[in-house]
Amino acid sequence: MRARRVGARRSVFALFALLALTLVLSFLTVPVISVFTNTSPGELVSSLGESSARDALWLSFRTSLIALLIIVVVGTPSAYLLATRSFRGRSVVMTLIELPLVMPPAVAGIALLAAFGPRGIIGGAIEDSGIQLVLETTGVIVALTFVASPFFLRQAQAAFSAIDPSLLDASRTLGSGEGRTFLRVAVPSARAGLSAGLALAWGRALGEFGATLMFAGSFQGVTQTAPLAIFEQFTSEDGFTTALALSAVLIAASGAILLAVKLLAGSRTLASRGT
Amino acid sequence: MIPLLVFVGVLAALGLSACGSDDESGGSGGDLLVSAASSLQDAFDAYGERFDAAEIKPSYAGSDELAAQIRNGLTPDVYAAAETDLPQRLFEDGLVGEPVVFAGNRLVIAVPADGDAGIESIEDVAKPGVDLVIGAMDVPVGAYTLEVLDKLPAAQHEGILANVRSEEPEVSAVIGKLTQGAADAGFVYATDVPSAGDDLRTIALPDELQPEVAYGAAVVSGASNPQAAREFIDGLVEGPGQEALRDAGFLPPP
Repeated sequence: MRARRVGARRSVFALFALLALTLVLSFLTVPVISVFTNTSPGELVSSLGESSARDALWLSFRTSLIALLIIVVVGTPSAYLLATRSFRGRSVVMTLIELPLVMPPAVAGIALLAAFGPRGIIGGAIEDSGIQLVLETTGVIVALTFVASPFFLRQAQAAFSAIDPSLLDASRTLGSGEGRTFLRVAVPSARAGLSAGLALAWGRALGEFGATLMFAGSFQGVTQTAPLAIFEQFTSEDGFTTALALSAVLIAASGAILLAVKLLAGSRTLASRGT
Repeated sequence: MIPLLVFVGVLAALGLSACGSDDESGGSGGDLLVSAASSLQDAFDAYGERFDAAEIKPSYAGSDELAAQIRNGLTPDVYAAAETDLPQRLFEDGLVGEPVVFAGNRLVIAVPADGDAGIESIEDVAKPGVDLVIGAMDVPVGAYTLEVLDKLPAAQHEGILANVRSEEPEVSAVIGKLTQGAADAGFVYATDVPSAGDDLRTIALPDELQPEVAYGAAVVSGASNPQAAREFIDGLVEGPGQEALRDAGFLPPP
């Protein structure tokens, strides 16, 4: 009797969960599909022929890759340190690192201006050294790095934390230095988490809008990334198709990144299981 | 699980009731959604305080962006643009009622008050090395800027275009770049400069270069509060709205 009632309750919940999942799926996928079905594929492709669209995609690709490179080179050892050492104030450091993650993009833009802008607290020093950030491609890279790095750092820190410490100890006892242990043991073991963080960071960088506009500005070929071009096309009367076409490319690119990472992570897990 | 569901339910109910109650609260006539050009912000905020027929809920952005929203199905009650073509085309497509012209303005060059680029006239803006920020071509302030440049001698026109470092989606973004010292000069409306306090300095354009800046407003088709929308626009043409516009430095309609 009791068992049956529990069973019935379970199936009611299963039904509820199924409904919820259907809702989630349709809510998240219908807008994505609509980008592709709103206009014919031919029109989408031809509107990508516009120079502003091509410049924007190429700029987004270049700046996000450079930002990613910086994030990986600086972020990986930082995350390793955070994961393998416990020190006072570590949780404060983690919170500070994660803050840009929940910061509205417009706030990020203002914060970057307040710090690195010509009137910013260290902007003057930067300008004196001959580096110009605002209105320059370099400024776009700074904005992308700022908003995207926490995505990688968080994932990387979690991935390094999940490594069995005895594995790292073994490497050290076998005579490998800290650097060798990091490169030969820690990074390969954390590869799945690292690439997941990479994908999230790349996706965030490709989508960056507000901070880029406020900090770097918007100029074709220099600072107008794909999201900024989408916005400009949306506001011009006959630009909606171009806006859709650019959106389609960004969706495809983000999808490809996500898929590549899943495949990489998947094959890695299988391979490590096999050994 | 159950507490979580209750929590979500309460949140949803609060959210829904907050949306619903908006229709009844806010004075006698409910809410009035006003989509207005960003250059109108100060004047419309002041007008909103004097407007009794409804609670003004303004949304300020580039006139082109607001028009694109209306084209994509958004229905505010009032659309007020920094030019007359955008409302006119929306009217021709049946998306807004017949537009009225309610104000004029002047285009000026704004420079940071402590700027060291030595800009005193439009000729100086054409000098190599000047960082210039303008509105994008689709936003009225950008279109007016191009109108000014078209009247210049070719060499000066080219020189100024070569100095453009950013095309901003709305005039307030141009102002932002200037107050941050990110640029040496920008083309904005005369009324935008005082709102930036002491940060910016105005350089007037010669009369022969001045474009005809006119503001047009219309009741949006399918507005949920058409009567208050009508009243709001009437007050812009003559009454407290017109007074607020004059206080903010706007000119009578050209």
